[in-house]
Amino acid sequence: MSAYVVRRLLLFVPALVGASMLIFVLMRLVPGDIAEILVYQTGSETSGVQQKQIQRIRQELGLTKPVMVQYLSWMGGAVRGDFGKSYTQRRPVWDILRERFPRSLELPILTLDIALIWAIPLGVLSAVHQNRPLDYLARIASLSGLSIPLFVSGALILYGLVRVFHWIPPLEFVAFTENPLENLKQLIWPALAQAYYISAPITRLTRSQMLEVIRQDYVRTARAKGLAERAVVYRHALRNSLLPVVTFVGWWGGRLLGGLVIREVIFVVPGMGTALVQAVSQRDSPTVQAMVFVMAVVFLVVNLFVDLLYVWLDPRIHYA
Amino acid sequence: MRKTLTMLRRQPLGAAGGVIVLVLIAVAVLAPRLAPHGPKEATFAPYLAPSAEFPMGTDQLGRDVLSRVIWGARLSLYVGLVSVLFGITAGSLWGAVTAYLGGAADTGSQRVVDSVMALPPIILALALMAALGQSVNNVIIALVVLLTPTAARTVRSIALGIIASPYMESARAVGASNRRIIARHLIPNCMAGYIVLVTTNVSYAIVVEASLSFIGAGAPPDEPSWGGMLTAGIQAIETAPWMIFFPGVAISLAVFGLNLFGDSIRDVTDPRLRGGLG
Repeated sequence: MSAYVVRRLLLFVPALVGASMLIFVLMRLVPGDIAEILVYQTGSETSGVQQKQIQRIRQELGLTKPVMVQYLSWMGGAVRGDFGKSYTQRRPVWDILRERFPRSLELPILTLDIALIWAIPLGVLSAVHQNRPLDYLARIASLSGLSIPLFVSGALILYGLVRVFHWIPPLEFVAFTENPLENLKQLIWPALAQAYYISAPITRLTRSQMLEVIRQDYVRTARAKGLAERAVVYRHALRNSLLPVVTFVGWWGGRLLGGLVIREVIFVVPGMGTALVQAVSQRDSPTVQAMVFVMAVVFLVVNLFVDLLYVWLDPRIHYA
Repeated sequence: MRKTLTMLRRQPLGAAGGVIVLVLIAVAVLAPRLAPHGPKEATFAPYLAPSAEFPMGTDQLGRDVLSRVIWGARLSLYVGLVSVLFGITAGSLWGAVTAYLGGAADTGSQRVVDSVMALPPIILALALMAALGQSVNNVIIALVVLLTPTAARTVRSIALGIIASPYMESARAVGASNRRIIARHLIPNCMAGYIVLVTTNVSYAIVVEASLSFIGAGAPPDEPSWGGMLTAGIQAIETAPWMIFFPGVAISLAVFGLNLFGDSIRDVTDPRLRGGLG
């Protein structure tokens, strides 16, 4: 077990270095760098002056150095928590991260909670009523959830809110610590949009696991000794069906990061996703690199955690 | 023929998915004949509600939404099929060959796969699109980059199982060359996994394309992408809800059909999963 943990941790480093290099190089390939954008925005007259200005800005930002040198100095800062200064916001990227990260952490957690609350009972019901109307209903509901892309369900929820409640996305973001109720009012809709989507696979998985477990000998034993059906289903069967569900949910925890971008854009949540989209369009590479780096770290940590959890939960699994 | 009939009876949901997929293909192929107007033709009044003349209304530039939804099927299917064929094929070959070679080639390629897969897919696609510039073909390139490592990892694990099997050993024992073993024994035996990867990833590719276009990083706004149409619809959500409704239904139906179809292909090709997916 400990050898496995060490091996996984060692693999973590090259993956992170490779991923950050990839993003770094991509951002250097983006046509039209920040120097050009800054200069052409100010709208000076002669192109000779502009060329000089562009050269000066590039020099200042260190964009004239070889990419490898730029990468190493960026990485050197990043490991110490110094991600440089944002080109467009004129403040350290670290400040932007500190402001946006908690908001973007809250949304996936809320989403998972909502999804689990109804997906697991639905999966259990579906399995207990296998091939009866309730089962079909649950399966159709979950399959349709899986087929509606996030931006479609998000747009439909937004339409409902605008039409029925005359709701408009609030301009100011309220932190959970300031006013929990206001905060939840803001985040519940984007959370629901993706909760419907991810509850589909969770329901399907719970159902198929339950179907397998419910035929096991120890479940029959539990029934035979006269336990109530409820106790059999929830105490004996469900507990033993949840293992793959746990891993699956953890795996989704990482994937929710991708969904963040779309949900934050639809519901105007000022989190990491909206900041990333904005930074990409403004060629603000320090911000893009830092955001993607942090997301990659979270993604890798969640995956690692899930793998370890799996080993810990199921003593039958051994890794060499 | 009898085989098809048995499959229809065993996989009714898959057959329903197949019908949806066939309709999608027909609409995509016949788009120029089916669409009453051109997808980029902005000649009508903007924001017209659905009527007999414009069954799905018109958009903010006065384009016929029905025509754009029809052409959108062609764009989605084109992006989905081309990117999956290139990405999954390249990734599968890569995974199979490096698994066979083993050693440094295998470890090295696995570290590359790790690096690409360390990034959340949409985020990587967003960065790629920023570097490449917005166009339909660049979306395909971004998708190929996304799909290749996934396929490489999956096929590698399938290939490792095949390489350990006795018939591979006997092929080596009779002195077959590496090239012959890979081409005649390894690749044909990976085909089932390859087919499953292709069928299950087309809908994924279509959703990624639409998502990228939705956040304004995919196809240029004048292209009839279902995702891009929804973005325009959100701007006018109160005055013209048909602009989000019809493209939304179109993409959901397409993805639903492809998922059902892909699931049943997986059930048929993988006996361990037969009937167990619910």
